[in-house]
Amino acid sequence: MIDLKSLTIESAHQSLLKKEFTCRELSEAYLDAIKEKNGELNAYLQVFDDVLVQADEAQKKFDEGVATALTGIPFALKDNILIQGQISSAGSKILENYKASYDSTVIKDLKKEGAVFLGRTNMDEFAMGSSTQTSAYGVTRNPLDTSRVPGGSSGGSAAALAGNLALAALGTETCGSVREPAAFCGLVGLKPTYGAVSRQGIIAMGNSLDQVSPFGKCVNDTRIIFNLLSKYDKEDSTSVPDRLRNVDKKTSSKNGKKIGVPWHLFREGVDKEVEENFKQSLEKFKKLGYEIVDIELPHSKYSLAVYYIIMPAEVSTNLSRFDGIRYGYSAKGGNLMEVYEKSRAEGFGKEARRRILLGTYVLSHGYYDAYYNKALKVREKIKEEVMQAFLKVDYILTPTVPMLPFKLGEKLDDPVAMYLCDIFSAPANLAGVPSIALPSGLSKNGLPFSIQFMAPHFCEESLFEVGEKFEGVASA
Amino acid sequence: MDIKDVETLAKLARIELKEEEKEEILGDMKGILEYVKQIEGVEVGEIEVDHSLVNAWREDVPEGVRSGESRDLIVEQFPDAQDGFLKVKKIL
Repeated sequence: MIDLKSLTIESAHQSLLKKEFTCRELSEAYLDAIKEKNGELNAYLQVFDDVLVQADEAQKKFDEGVATALTGIPFALKDNILIQGQISSAGSKILENYKASYDSTVIKDLKKEGAVFLGRTNMDEFAMGSSTQTSAYGVTRNPLDTSRVPGGSSGGSAAALAGNLALAALGTETCGSVREPAAFCGLVGLKPTYGAVSRQGIIAMGNSLDQVSPFGKCVNDTRIIFNLLSKYDKEDSTSVPDRLRNVDKKTSSKNGKKIGVPWHLFREGVDKEVEENFKQSLEKFKKLGYEIVDIELPHSKYSLAVYYIIMPAEVSTNLSRFDGIRYGYSAKGGNLMEVYEKSRAEGFGKEARRRILLGTYVLSHGYYDAYYNKALKVREKIKEEVMQAFLKVDYILTPTVPMLPFKLGEKLDDPVAMYLCDIFSAPANLAGVPSIALPSGLSKNGLPFSIQFMAPHFCEESLFEVGEKFEGVASA
Repeated sequence: MDIKDVETLAKLARIELKEEEKEEILGDMKGILEYVKQIEGVEVGEIEVDHSLVNAWREDVPEGVRSGESRDLIVEQFPDAQDGFLKVKKIL
């Protein structure tokens, strides 16, 4: 019996090297766990039928002595990451039967390493949500407390990893969609620098914000995955070329010890318990030798408002390709216009329709300047002040989410209340900087707390360093 | 914003809306716009949104068949097809 609970990518790799178990045995253990628990959790929408074939292929790499850190590691993959020949529905009815005609770049890279793909995981429709309740395929439950949401939009991947139904998991972020479910499920979640990981073959929501993002049971798990996936891809026009990945020495100082806390951002709207845990975490950093500095990010309080203009604008543009003509759900209609209007009405869920209309509004003549253009300007301001802050401090620290995981069904009829889950997530996505969510202990009811660090562009390694230091003392 | 605006947006976005949904969307939109309106008064000064755009397209030359890409998988997705061609309603 393999103890899945205590397994990490690194420890599994060592066991595979030492032949304590085979790739097939490891994958079988996860398939058994999925069989037992997925009915209740609904983390996976589909378990692939070739898992053991993949595992046997991976084993060959071990037998031939060419295995790498991710060879044979069983992954859960969010349903918006294309795998050739497999359905990729993005949690939407409009893509219910859509089979990808090519591999996304991240999948190509993982295949080369011999990673094993267990299946595709549930998500908010087109990644629009913070609780995995807008999926066309039912809600996902939080494995730590099945009456609660796992967070979202990458809730299926988070639940799969936290429930020990996978050893590694990929999600995507547009605004907190990995860090927030990581927080709700007691995991580590890394949102990489914008342009670090290829977006080729990822079903887009907000192109100027989206990043494929790894979950991990520990900091090192996210490091291993990030280090493999972070590289220039000529197939993604926003992928950052190698020459621009050289980090400015002044701002990247390794082993930096200065943590900036923008207290003014959470004077209101943060749960008492969350704030209390955050203060305790600060004390732990002080004991570890870090200096805590009060910083001001005056424009960052507008981050979520800016996000809810820019994102829907990009959504309305992106989702115009789903028209019932070339692929996906197609409704019958008397003429072409009816085919469009009915296919999109019946294929998209409520949240997707809402955001498309909102985006259409902020981009329409007469409102474009007041909303979209203004939002772009405030976004520049936010980016500027975040970069200014990094001249003074090495990290910016906030809680990941202002609340603990909430009950299923909550916040569904109040979009703004749902959006506020991501209030601390937005600055990193808007500024394009990396950010990591770290477990920071449990509430008296056993629910996970989480804190998040931001660092300058391409300073992921600094995030891993500080994360690993905290890991040792987080639950002390 | 009123019901007429919602209808216009739905028309522009090519989404058919049921009557009861128009009301609901109008309510939601009002709530969201009320929230995002806070950026109206933000002082941004003389900020220029200039990303020094560069052309990220590759040269327009044939690349040959890219490995692993499948014409069949694309054609298979067509909701309506005839002799391997995508079939659409008449447009004229």
